[in-house]
Formats: sequence, structure tokens, C-alpha cells
Amino acid sequence: MNEFRQIFLDGLWRNNPGLTQMLGICPLLAVSNTLINGLSLGIATSLVLIATSALVSLTRRWLFFELRLPMFVLIIASLVTVVELLFQAFFYELYLGLGIFVPLIVTNCLILGRAEVFASHRAWLPSAADGLAQGAGFTLVLVVLGGLREIIGRGSLLHGADMLFGRGAAALEITILPGNNGLLMVLLPPGAFLSLALLVALKNHLTGLQTARQTSKALLHADAEAAG
Amino acid sequence: MDTEPSKGFPSMRLLVPVVSLVLLAALGAALIAATDQLTRKRVAENEAAQIMKVLDALLPEGGYDNSPHLDVIRLTGAELPASNAAVPVYRARRAGAPVTAILTVIAPDGYVGSIRLLVGIRVDGTISGVRALEHRETPGLGDNIELGRSDWIRLFDGRSIEDPAPAAWLTRRDGGDFDQISGATVTSRAVIAAVRDSLIYFAENRDLLFSEPVDLEVR
Repeated sequence: MNEFRQIFLDGLWRNNPGLTQMLGICPLLAVSNTLINGLSLGIATSLVLIATSALVSLTRRWLFFELRLPMFVLIIASLVTVVELLFQAFFYELYLGLGIFVPLIVTNCLILGRAEVFASHRAWLPSAADGLAQGAGFTLVLVVLGGLREIIGRGSLLHGADMLFGRGAAALEITILPGNNGLLMVLLPPGAFLSLALLVALKNHLTGLQTARQTSKALLHADAEAAG
Repeated sequence: MDTEPSKGFPSMRLLVPVVSLVLLAALGAALIAATDQLTRKRVAENEAAQIMKVLDALLPEGGYDNSPHLDVIRLTGAELPASNAAVPVYRARRAGAPVTAILTVIAPDGYVGSIRLLVGIRVDGTISGVRALEHRETPGLGDNIELGRSDWIRLFDGRSIEDPAPAAWLTRRDGGDFDQISGATVTSRAVIAAVRDSLIYFAENRDLLFSEPVDLEVR
């Protein structure tokens, strides 16, 4: 079980796709203008990531080393098309809203990266878990970034919830700054870069604090042993 | 096919990976085809519902009895000014008589690329409404042409090519009769000109627009 703890710790925090590996930044920046947009692209990407990782792992004995990249891309492209069709059938408004970014999941380096680094030489269960963990980490960044940019840029939260959860969920939208008074810059591309940079800085700061604490603890321990 | 690995160029060493790649591609295609079969009906329903939702806003409630999203003809750029792609025109009728035509109009000169509009024109030549379908105008400024963001697009409701006269279909800044969206003069100019041109086109081709047989290729 320890293996799975490591996998999830890596995906969600230590080796987070958006904040540490810096993979899949293009859709991350483009779609994180509202929380719901971010959440839905996160879910779509995670679905593809889990299925790709499991499939690559299951077929890894039959994959030719020299041909593995085209084979990965074939698997990813097929699965993305399936997810796109499912979105078109069951979340049509979201499909319209996310536009080109659903088919573009094919080009998200995160998926190819996990297939290459993890799934192509691990058993299927850890691989699927890695897909889930990395997908959840990616979704987490999309949701936090989308939420922050939506609050500051539009003055609302959960706008468009009905597109994801059905008609009744329209009431979930919260107006935080009444009268369309958001800071527009945050919704535009520069705001996306700046917000992500702030999140990365925060993560580095927290990681730095943690390392410092561990080092001082280790030093104290060593001191105590030396004294004892 | 050469089966001896040592002889000839296309040896087994090369053949096996190629065949497996082709097999994988075939498997992927089969998976997509199966999903497509399962979702096709639902997707078509979604698309029709989406079109109807937009068209409904431009049509009198209960004032028509056909299915406008199926009563479609396609206009090419040569016919409709300011567009070079084939665009659909939806027609609403009551007991067979024309009620409203909804033209898809492309304004080519928006601030960022072209703006796709729906212009609903009643048979008497007055506008039942205009809606922005697709655009890439600046968020916060040009995107005020969307009804969800400002009421500007309602300026056109009830207008016709005589109200005001064609020469006055300009922004106030240019000496015309229409308020511009502040900070988005280019966007406003593009939309006003496109609506004016579609009214002129409608005035000249009204009877043809309604009598043309349905083009089945367009949904």
C-alpha cells in the first residue's frame, strides 16, 4: 500500500503536473478562466490519462521499443476521440464551451510523459493509479487557478455549474462582487500566466519551509545523539 | 510476401512491427466507430436542440408551425454580402406562409477576425432580433455584443432598412443612428454594417429566400 501512497503524494503534491513538472501548461492557462471550465477539462484529461496508462501497461509486452511513441500516440488519440464523443453526447454545452481544448488533449505532454516514464514498465494497477493521481493533481491546479481567476476576474464562483451538473445546479453560482466588477486582466492571458506563477511560487515556498523543518529536525536529532 | 528473414529487403524484423502498428490503428478505429454508433443519435439531438434554442429567441412564440432548423437553405458568399463561406438560412412559416427568415451573417471586419451573427428578419422587413453566434472579440469590451453581457444587440430589434435610412446605419461617432459599445467601436461598426447588409439583401431577395427548396445537406 505504501507504493500507492507514494504515487498519490507524487501526483497531488511533490511531482504535481501543473506546479512541478510544468506539463500541459497550454490548456491549463487557456481554460482556467472559471472553476467549472477548469474542473471539466481536468475530468476529461484524467479520464484519458487513466485509460491510457492502464492500456499502455497492459500492452507493454507487445510494444516495440522503437515504435513506442507512435503506438502511445495512437492509443491516446483513439481514447481522446472517444472522450470527445462522450462529451458531445452527454455534456454538449461543455463541449461547446471547451471547444478545441478537448481534441487538443492528444497533445498534452502529461499523458505521453506518464506513459513513457511510468506505465510502460509497471503493472496495470499502479499505472492506472498513477494516471488517477496525476490527473487529480492536474485537475486540482485547474480548479484552484480557475476558482481564483473567476473570483477576481468575474466576481463570481461556480458560473456555469449547470453545464456540468444539470439544470438544477445553476443556483450554485455565487456572486461575490456584484455588478460585473471583476478585474478583467486576470481573465486575459497575462492574468493566467501571473496567477500560475504565484501558485508555483507558493508551492516552492511551502516545499522550502518543509525542507528547512526537516533539515533542522535532522540536525537536532544528530545533536541529541552526539550529546547522548 | 517474403517469409525468409535473411533474404530480401522487407524482412520479418521489419514486417512484424508494421503489422502490429496497423492492427493497433484498426483497433483504435473500431473503438471510435463503436462509440460513434452508440452516441450518434444523442449528439444529433443535442445539436438540433442547441440550434432550436438560439432560433427560438428570434421567433414569435407560437407564431410558426414548421421546424425552422430543418427548413434550411444554404447561401454562398456570392449571394450574401460580407461572407465567403456557405451559410445557412432558417425559415419559419405558419400554415405554409412565410413568417421570419433567420440569416447567418458573417461580419468579416471584427476587431479579432470575423463575427458570426444570426439576424432574424420578419417577412415585413423588420428585425426580430440579432444574436452573436461566434466571435473572438476582446473580453470585457467587444464581447458586449453577447446578449448575456449587455443589451446592446437589442438596439436592432424592430429596425428595418428604412428605419433608419441605409446611410444612417453607422455608429453615432461616425454620424449615424446607433450607439457604439464604448471601447469597442471597431466591433460595433462591423456588426452594424453586417446587419444593414443583410437587410438590404433580404429586401432584394425576399421571395426567393422563402421559395427556394430545402437544402438537405445543411442541418
